[in-house]
Amino acid sequence: MLIDAILLPAAMAAAAGLVGCFALMRRMVLAGDALSHVALPGIGIALALGIHPLFGALTMLFFGALLVWTLEDRTRIATETIVGVIFSAALAIGSMITSGEDLIDALVGHADAVPWPEAVFGLAATALIVWFIVRRRHELVLALVSRDIARTAGINVRRLDLIYLEMFALTVALGLRYLGILLMGSLIIIPAATAKRFSKDLTTMLVLAAALGAGATILGSIVALWLHRDPGPIIVAIAAAGFLSTTFRGAAGSGA
Amino acid sequence: MPSTPDAPAPPILDVRELSVAFDAAPVLDQITFSLPAGASLAVIGPNGAGKTVLFRALLGAVPHTGTVHWAPGVRIGYVPQKLDIERDIPITGRDFLTARLAVERDATERPDIAAVLRLVGLSEDTSRKPIGTISGGQFQRLLVAFALLGNPTVLLLDEPTAGIDQPGEERLNAMLHRLQQERGLTILLISHELTIVHAYATHVLCLGSGPAFFGPPSILTPDLLANLYREHVSVHAHTHAH
Repeated sequence: MLIDAILLPAAMAAAAGLVGCFALMRRMVLAGDALSHVALPGIGIALALGIHPLFGALTMLFFGALLVWTLEDRTRIATETIVGVIFSAALAIGSMITSGEDLIDALVGHADAVPWPEAVFGLAATALIVWFIVRRRHELVLALVSRDIARTAGINVRRLDLIYLEMFALTVALGLRYLGILLMGSLIIIPAATAKRFSKDLTTMLVLAAALGAGATILGSIVALWLHRDPGPIIVAIAAAGFLSTTFRGAAGSGA
Repeated sequence: MPSTPDAPAPPILDVRELSVAFDAAPVLDQITFSLPAGASLAVIGPNGAGKTVLFRALLGAVPHTGTVHWAPGVRIGYVPQKLDIERDIPITGRDFLTARLAVERDATERPDIAAVLRLVGLSEDTSRKPIGTISGGQFQRLLVAFALLGNPTVLLLDEPTAGIDQPGEERLNAMLHRLQQERGLTILLISHELTIVHAYATHVLCLGSGPAFFGPPSILTPDLLANLYREHVSVHAHTHAH
């Protein structure tokens, strides 16, 4: 109970915080959030075919990330515009082919006992995401400061972009059960945004974002258990409250 | 096979008929030149002549036609012109330089960050500040430090002294010249400072609306400069003074 209801989601949230740091610094918050919508048609198709929704979501997210990656390179229309149009359409299509209760579950998550194969997948994917960010953080830093000088340092910037986007997509898929795809997008961004306000260097931001994501998830899960509610909205509300309190604190500080 | 003493050394960079076009509009047209190792090439020309695009094409960062051939084993250090860095991005100069060392595959000769910072005249305190908060001049020095950490054999510098104060500019130019002497570096420099071109360049490439000119600095005749810069008459007069 403790493991699948609190510790596993907390580990996933920590991974989401790490991924979010680079999403924020790469200015791809909107693209990342829109990418999460693409999971919905996949869930709808998977449910219609009678297979596990996670497979449908993962497949669609994989191709969604590939699409963003291709658009970034091949088109002169602003990526954000295309991403917004395509993924809003994905949300509409997903809504059409997914039934009412399933749709709400997919969007905002639900609290259930996690079958062990799903828990193992969650742990393995979390470990992979954390490993990627920690191991490749230096390359990610150079690519976000200047793609040209990253190239001169021997980094294959396009390949790094693709792997990062796929890790982002995997992070969204992780949140499917607890937070839903919409709220998982929030948990990627909000802890990182809060951490950015308190950080002067990269290590501080990464550690703080992971800790804030995990903290909000642990606290939100406990409150949800106590109130007998789904944890997703409570977790995101706590994370958002944390961010807003730092904003007001900052505003008060600057006004003093 | 013994080498012939009189045979010229193969060029470190050989560029043949390099052309770049954006949306079918030519930016660079049929550029051809080659440089020996240890040369200093000054690339000059008015704004919009394609100087930065040339550098990016040499790095393989923009699609082009023609050939760009670097000698085997060349290690390129690149100092870009200006970067759009968010002010509140929590990445310090140290993070940036540490990242450069961390991605280095050739660990045989690992430069010391503190030594490189001293070389470019950047303090430890400044290197620990977020890169979006330091001044333009300090950031340029950080970029030069970054380039030097890769143990380059070739440096591509796109207006490296833009935003640096006068003493800092002189110190940076002197440092680059000294490094070139000590390490036999090949330097490609985009500059609007014709005094620097005359002081340090061994070769000049002039880009403008017409055909490109390549040769020794002596090709920079008043007529050529007037034709290149058109309305920039002051540059013409400035060159005469030297």
